[in-house]
Amino acid sequence: MRTILIWLPLALFLAFIGLFAAGLFQPDDHIINSKLVGQPLPAFVLPAAASDRPALASTQLATGKPRLLNIFASWCVPCAAEAPQLEALRAAGADIDAIAIRDARADVDAFLARYGNPYARIGLDARSSVQIALGSSGVPETFIIDGRGRIAYQHIGDIRADDVPMILDRLKATR
Amino acid sequence: MIAETGLAALWLAAALALLQLFLAFFGLKGGKPELLPAVRPVAIAQGLLTAVAFALLITLFLRSDMSVLLVATNSHSMKPWLYKFAGTWGNHEGSMLLWVAVMGMAGATVALFERALRRDTHMATLGAQAAISLGFYAFLLFSSNPFARIDPPPPDGQGLNPLLQDPGLAFHPPTLYLGYVGLSVAFSFAVGALLTRAVDAAFARAMRPWVLAAWILLTLGITAGSYWAYYELGWGGWWFWDPVENASLMPWLAATALLHSVTVLATRDGLRAWTVMLAVVAFSMSMVGTFLVRSGILTSVHAFAVDPERGSFILVLLAIYIGGALALFGWRIRTVREGAPFDLVSRETWLVINNLLLSVILGVVLIGTLYPLMTEAFGHKVSVGAPYFDRIAGPLALALMVALAAGPLTRWRRDSARAVARRLLVPAVALVIAALMLAFAPVRMGTLPWLGLVLAIAVGIASLAPLWKRRLLRTPLFTYGMVIAHLGCAVSLAGMACDSAFTVEKLVAARPGDTIRTAGWTLRFVQILPIAGDNWTALQADMQASRNGGAPVTIHPQSRFFAAPPTTTTEAALLTRWNGQLYVVLGEEVEGNRWQMRIWWKPFVTLIWLGGILIALGGALALVGRERRGWLIKWRARRATEA
Repeated sequence: MRTILIWLPLALFLAFIGLFAAGLFQPDDHIINSKLVGQPLPAFVLPAAASDRPALASTQLATGKPRLLNIFASWCVPCAAEAPQLEALRAAGADIDAIAIRDARADVDAFLARYGNPYARIGLDARSSVQIALGSSGVPETFIIDGRGRIAYQHIGDIRADDVPMILDRLKATR
Repeated sequence: MIAETGLAALWLAAALALLQLFLAFFGLKGGKPELLPAVRPVAIAQGLLTAVAFALLITLFLRSDMSVLLVATNSHSMKPWLYKFAGTWGNHEGSMLLWVAVMGMAGATVALFERALRRDTHMATLGAQAAISLGFYAFLLFSSNPFARIDPPPPDGQGLNPLLQDPGLAFHPPTLYLGYVGLSVAFSFAVGALLTRAVDAAFARAMRPWVLAAWILLTLGITAGSYWAYYELGWGGWWFWDPVENASLMPWLAATALLHSVTVLATRDGLRAWTVMLAVVAFSMSMVGTFLVRSGILTSVHAFAVDPERGSFILVLLAIYIGGALALFGWRIRTVREGAPFDLVSRETWLVINNLLLSVILGVVLIGTLYPLMTEAFGHKVSVGAPYFDRIAGPLALALMVALAAGPLTRWRRDSARAVARRLLVPAVALVIAALMLAFAPVRMGTLPWLGLVLAIAVGIASLAPLWKRRLLRTPLFTYGMVIAHLGCAVSLAGMACDSAFTVEKLVAARPGDTIRTAGWTLRFVQILPIAGDNWTALQADMQASRNGGAPVTIHPQSRFFAAPPTTTTEAALLTRWNGQLYVVLGEEVEGNRWQMRIWWKPFVTLIWLGGILIALGGALALVGRERRGWLIKWRARRATEA
């Protein structure tokens, strides 16, 4: 019998042991990266959600420069908690657009008056159809859209103060 | 006191295992053959002590001694006694003690009853068995002590996972464990034979009953587990390709291959190296299975006791034993002479095909099970689902059925292709007729179920063919065993094919008083009532089911709530008829007294498990037949020398 054939089982077994050990000692992370990363934004055209900001269409997000797209709603408490972080991102030079989910213009106006308005454009997604197309399951969520209109990152849940540098780094890294 | 005695018995057994290893080693290699006569008594004492330790743990569970940590975390004084009893092994520590106890008692049996093996091989086998046991003793004593106390004792225990509170499941894990441990004996035999250069037909005949017994138990365990998942999880499926299910399937596949190759070695002295390799692989798969279940390295619906520290312990044991055995294989296998040659057209060839196909299926299942782990090592997360396994393992299993039909109809060593073809004529005609009838039948079915059903019919006939033209009373019992086991494969395949081809599913939201019609059944939803059981309460639907206007039968699907620990389970109502099973699951209340219900009519689904039982029965007949024949030969030889 050939030597290589005799030792092959042991070699295969050692490879499996290595794999098991790696799996066992790898820190357990339950973060699942969005399948939408790298995909182009779904096409949409939304009416304006607020009185003093223009409406939003998907084509307006492909401007050659990466932008943030924030999904929020005036009825959402974590969105209010997130507002200072969005202000900080805006102050650091990030361009932010938004989609308001299942909302009414008067409520959005009141929300922005109270918590600040870092947004360039705000679209109204009255029936969550764009939200579903984006693969977003709740509010708030924030996407980084690259210059060609593709999704570079999906942040699920509110942006905390210690997430801000990470988001800025990712935004800088996106082209 | 009971717990302390149990722990002492366990330590003593571990010390004896160490002694057994030393006695065997110095007796064989250290030039002190006078030590060897002590090996067998030590092995027997070790087996008895493990049995005592396990019996004491059962006593603690039956007495609901809450001062023992394991009882407090896994039992409850309100539980019915059967589940207190079964709760002994329904947890990590208890199941590992069961493992060790079975291993100790198996070692004692090898010491007591094995007579056919060469003496040095026998001693080396017992030494190897002691070495494996030592690792598991260390595991038990250092990281999973089942007898640890808790102070102060809690007023009552936390209960057993309600999914496990089921009579079928009470005996499913021990059956599988017995099978796994039986494979450890085959492994020890292989190591002993390699060490003493005794890989031959006599070694194969000594190992075969252990492989056969382990394989029977694995078959029963998998069949029971599949039926449990079918009726308890309420999903209507009978196999989910879940990592834990695969963990029990993989040793079975390896054991099935080993069972066939060991027969070639015992009868024809062929496939020597391959048989040794399979014996190592079969036990490796048992340990890999235990590792996967216990470490929580893969996500599974069955991951009951997950602990990475214990996982690393099993991983170390796996590396030592299997790595050591494979290294020994590489080092020693050159000393094993080539076995007897055989012609291309011979039963040996079919058995080689059987072994290759089983090995490939094993590889497919192993890769599918571990694939998520492999990709995770490279930073991707994926899960491998049923489509992969069905599409790849399915056709391979069908090819295996062809070998199963043809193998027993071919002679050992050499045969003529024409004679084999003649013997296969009737099954082949049945195949064509069945294929045509099913192709033009007024039901739509997929290619794989169609092929499965056609093959099941043809293989079922072919599996009976070895009995044709034989005097049935003079046919040896083990031939009947083979025929029945092979028929069981065909029966099981027919059940699987019918289930995937003909199942009718209906999902409704019904009010009491409504009538539901599906697949020839009429179900009248009478009422919904709360009822109370031993340690649960339930909402139970009363339904009257009748088929094609026959007399109605009352069935009771339930949704059960357990208080300790708080959990809801569904108890599907099953109505078994000769031609299938009605399967009704009560779901949630949707709105205004409307209840979700899922109703399946599954034609011939019970054949799946009936086939499994037939396979195990065939194995049992073969085991009894072989052993009886061995005794008879010995008895006649003794009488001849006396006369």
